[in-house]
Amino acid sequence: MAVTDRVHTPPPTRQRSPRDKSVKRLAFSQKVSKWDVKLSPYLYISPFFLLFAVTGLFPLLYTAWVSLHSWNLIGGQGEFTGLENYEFVLAQPFFWNAVGNTFSIFLLSSVPQVVIAIAIAAVLDANLRARTFWRMGVLVPFVVAPVAVGLIFNNLFADQAGLFNEMLVGVGLDPVRWHSDSLASHAAIATMVNFRWTGYNALIFLAAMQAIPRDVYEAATIDGAGRLRQFFSVTVPMLRPTIIFVVITATIGGLQIFDEARVFDQAGLGGADRQWQTLTMYIWELGWGQRNFGRASAVAWLLFLIIVIIAMANFLITRRIANQGGRQ
Amino acid sequence: MHSRARITALSAAAACLALALTACGSGGTENAGTEGETGTEDVTLSVGTFNEFGYEELFTEYEELNPNVTIEHKKAATSNEARDNLTTRLAAGSGLSDIEGIEVDWLPELLEYPDQFADLSDPAVEGRWLDWKMAAATTEDGQLIGYGTDAGPQGVCYRADLFEKAGLPSDRESVADMLDGSWQDYFDAGKEFVAASDGVAWFDSAGATYQGMINQVQNAYEDNEGAVIATDNSEVKDIYEQVLQASVTDGLSAHLTQWEDDWVASFQSDAFATKLCPGWMLGVIEGNAEGIEGWDIADVFPGGGGNWGGSYLTVPTQGANQAEAKKLAEWLTAPEQQVKAFESKGTFPSQVEALESDALLGQTNAFFNDAPTGEILANRATAVEVTPFKGPKYFAINDAMQQALTRVDVDKTDDPDSSWEKFVTAVGAL
Repeated sequence: MAVTDRVHTPPPTRQRSPRDKSVKRLAFSQKVSKWDVKLSPYLYISPFFLLFAVTGLFPLLYTAWVSLHSWNLIGGQGEFTGLENYEFVLAQPFFWNAVGNTFSIFLLSSVPQVVIAIAIAAVLDANLRARTFWRMGVLVPFVVAPVAVGLIFNNLFADQAGLFNEMLVGVGLDPVRWHSDSLASHAAIATMVNFRWTGYNALIFLAAMQAIPRDVYEAATIDGAGRLRQFFSVTVPMLRPTIIFVVITATIGGLQIFDEARVFDQAGLGGADRQWQTLTMYIWELGWGQRNFGRASAVAWLLFLIIVIIAMANFLITRRIANQGGRQ
Repeated sequence: MHSRARITALSAAAACLALALTACGSGGTENAGTEGETGTEDVTLSVGTFNEFGYEELFTEYEELNPNVTIEHKKAATSNEARDNLTTRLAAGSGLSDIEGIEVDWLPELLEYPDQFADLSDPAVEGRWLDWKMAAATTEDGQLIGYGTDAGPQGVCYRADLFEKAGLPSDRESVADMLDGSWQDYFDAGKEFVAASDGVAWFDSAGATYQGMINQVQNAYEDNEGAVIATDNSEVKDIYEQVLQASVTDGLSAHLTQWEDDWVASFQSDAFATKLCPGWMLGVIEGNAEGIEGWDIADVFPGGGGNWGGSYLTVPTQGANQAEAKKLAEWLTAPEQQVKAFESKGTFPSQVEALESDALLGQTNAFFNDAPTGEILANRATAVEVTPFKGPKYFAINDAMQQALTRVDVDKTDDPDSSWEKFVTAVGAL
């Protein structure tokens, strides 16, 4: 800071004329170094923001522009219609149905996923034989493409010929109507999501668990705490920041669920009564099925707003929990 | 400061993920049209098809006849996949093949944008196709956007063994006599069959049967100007009620949805005894029912003839080699070539001359009890009387109708009245 301050101090008047030139040169090079100090950090982080502007911000704003027009997928831009697309979409029962389905599938997948992932991580954290094998094993489902997962599970969840229903009938129970009953279809889709993501989250939790200092556990053991008590009073509280991260990414992913639900039947629209149509599938139906890009964009923006609201609520809640955790 | 930055970052990340929609205006590309010279320069032509067009050997043959041409085949697994690909690339204004195969059901949507496709009308192909086949691909101004490949004249496929068990006549002539007449006659025969057999349904799905019925209606969903009349049209409502009466009340349906896993698996159990089948369905049945004996096909269709499906070859105007592409499309859809495609994959030709060719008429199918499928389907093609009007919203309305039927027949989430109400709402939202 001292260097930059000196530039602003006016030099004594009598020395001015003979040394005018050198002062100027000094001032310029100092100016450059001032710019360097002030601007370089922004320059260094700018690639991310430039890339974001091109791939994130531009589509975002362009979608908003499209949503204010009647716009055909092939025909292109039509006339300006203001908020008509939003009014129309908000009045559609399919829209609200999709909102409900999205949240239902999201809750059915995220909650068990986080709980099971922590449990698996705790087991993997223990002293196992062939540790690396088990740890890599939980990641295998993540490597399988979601559509392939969908195909496999479709076979298992088929209403009449599926393995699950045949097993249920085999033990004398009624078959579940996976493709007719709304909640059953959500459970089936959530199963695919959980199959794919639980192992991945378990590895994140495992990494966080390994970062917990071992002497904390030693102290707990000396205090006479059992394994279970240690898990709930030491491991889980120490995992809070990681839990927050996993919950937020699961929220963003969960609200945009598409692949698994789309391949749940051949038509890909979410069932004859839209039992499992999510918001992203509704966007697809409007934009590509009906080729109405204006309405599809309106739904995309509404989904964006929903995600922002949920993410902020999530953030506020988890921050409160984190703060309480800090105080304890 | 810290928390605000995080909220901003979060919203930014959410924004990134939430909006994958990028819209693109469509721009016309400069091109030489279909009038350029052919046969001189070396060109590579890409051809986009889906399912089975039966063209693999024909491509080799064409390359031998035209040494300057190399053909690159891009094959999509399903017609839905091909439709998505076509729409997306039309919107983007680039990336389409020189020749794109399209299906009749999404043809009306494409007729809305005739400048995206080269005008293929040519005195040389005048009268090559059945009238309705050519009329469907012609715009009001007389532009022909696609050359017809195959058609879907329908017969009735049935399980002779199950018919016999239920005490019904089972050879294909007697079955044709029995089923000849109206849809009510077909359903009445079904009631007799179901009463005499243990848990075997008459047909596979309400939706598939409805498809056969609605394809006999001239203006089902839209009038000739394209105005939507679907929900007020008593013909549509009557067919809807009749098919659901037969499927649910009379219990003739196996309560399956076409193409779903359960439907595919049902061919391996004795789930149903008859199925409406266009030519291209023969291959599907043979594949799904592998190892099952007793399938046969009768030269009959309730309520007169009916056509279901069939495709066209188009030349998109964004292509660089339209003249060569048109030449290839013309060659492929000539009667001689389509007969070869029929021999290879069973796609039934839509060309007038092909229908009379000995190679076609002599064709038999071993899986269907050596039935003369060539002759039967040729008879079925000439029996088609009505060319249904299919406007730009046909595909979407028919989809909504199929879902209305599925709700009652398969899902059982609705009764016919409440499902009809939902259909009306869905059509209103288009």
